[in-house]
Amino acid sequence: MDIKHSLWPSPFNFALLLVVWILLTNSFSVGNLLLAVVLAWFIPFLVSRIQSDTSRVKKPGKAVRYVMVLLYDIIVSNIVVARQILGSAHKLQPGFIEIPLDLREPLPITLLASTISLTPGTVSTEVSKDRQCLFVHALNVPDEAALIAQIKSRYEAPLKEIFGC
Amino acid sequence: MDIAQLATVVFLLIGGVFLLIGSFGLFKLPDFYMRLHAPTKASTLGIGSILVASIIFYSFKGDGLSIKEFLITLFIFLTAPITAHMLSKAALHVRCEPRADTLNIDKLEKIRNRES
Repeated sequence: MDIKHSLWPSPFNFALLLVVWILLTNSFSVGNLLLAVVLAWFIPFLVSRIQSDTSRVKKPGKAVRYVMVLLYDIIVSNIVVARQILGSAHKLQPGFIEIPLDLREPLPITLLASTISLTPGTVSTEVSKDRQCLFVHALNVPDEAALIAQIKSRYEAPLKEIFGC
Repeated sequence: MDIAQLATVVFLLIGGVFLLIGSFGLFKLPDFYMRLHAPTKASTLGIGSILVASIIFYSFKGDGLSIKEFLITLFIFLTAPITAHMLSKAALHVRCEPRADTLNIDKLEKIRNRES
C-alpha cells in the first residue's frame, strides 16, 4: 500500500460521507463543514482495514448511466408487477433460476444481487459458495433463458465494464 | 390550486395506489416467495412517488429546496434489497415450500447447499 492510499483511503467514500453528513445535519456553517471534512476523512480511514475487497469503480460515467438504466427499469417493472398482482395468480409461473456469473469479485456480485432484488419481479436468494452462480427467485418466468440473457446483458455486462474486471 | 399543489397531489395518489397494490399482493399471492415480491417491490415506486411529492411540497413552501428526501431514497435503496435477500434466504433454509408448479423446484436442495 503506497503512502497516498494509506493517508486517504478512498476519495469516493470521502465525497459520499461529506454529502451525507451535510444533508443529514442540513447546516452549512463553517464549523459543521469542518466537522464533515474531518469525519469524511476519518471514517474511511478506520474502515479501510476491514475492507477486504479492493474493487474500485474504473468508469464513473458508465456507473451514472447504470443507475439511470436501473431507475428506469424499476419504474417500468413496478408497473408490470402491479399488473401481475392484480391479475390472476394462476397465470403466473414463479421459478428459481440459476444465473451463471462472469463476475468474480465480492463487491460487483453484491451490486448485481442488489440490482436484481431492487428491480421488481426478481429477488436474489443465494449465491453459490464458489461464486460461480447466483440463484434468483422470479415472480413470473415465461422464458427462463430469455430472463437469464436479459440480466446478463443489461446488468452484469455494464458492471463488468464499470469495475474493469 | 397551483401547479405545485397539483403535482404534490398527483404524486401522493400514484404513491398511495402502488403501496396499496403492494399490500394487496402480500395478502393475495399464494406462496412466501411470491408474496415477498409484492411489498418489497411494488412499494419502491410507491415510496419513491411519495418522496417526490414531499420534495415538491417542501420546496415550494418557501423554505428553499428540500433535498433531504434524496437521503431517504438512498437509505431505502441500500436496505430494501438486503431485507428481501435475507428474507428469501431464511425462507429457503427453514424449508418454506414454494408453490408446486414453481420452475426448477427440484433444484432447491442444491441451492440450499450453495452448489453451482
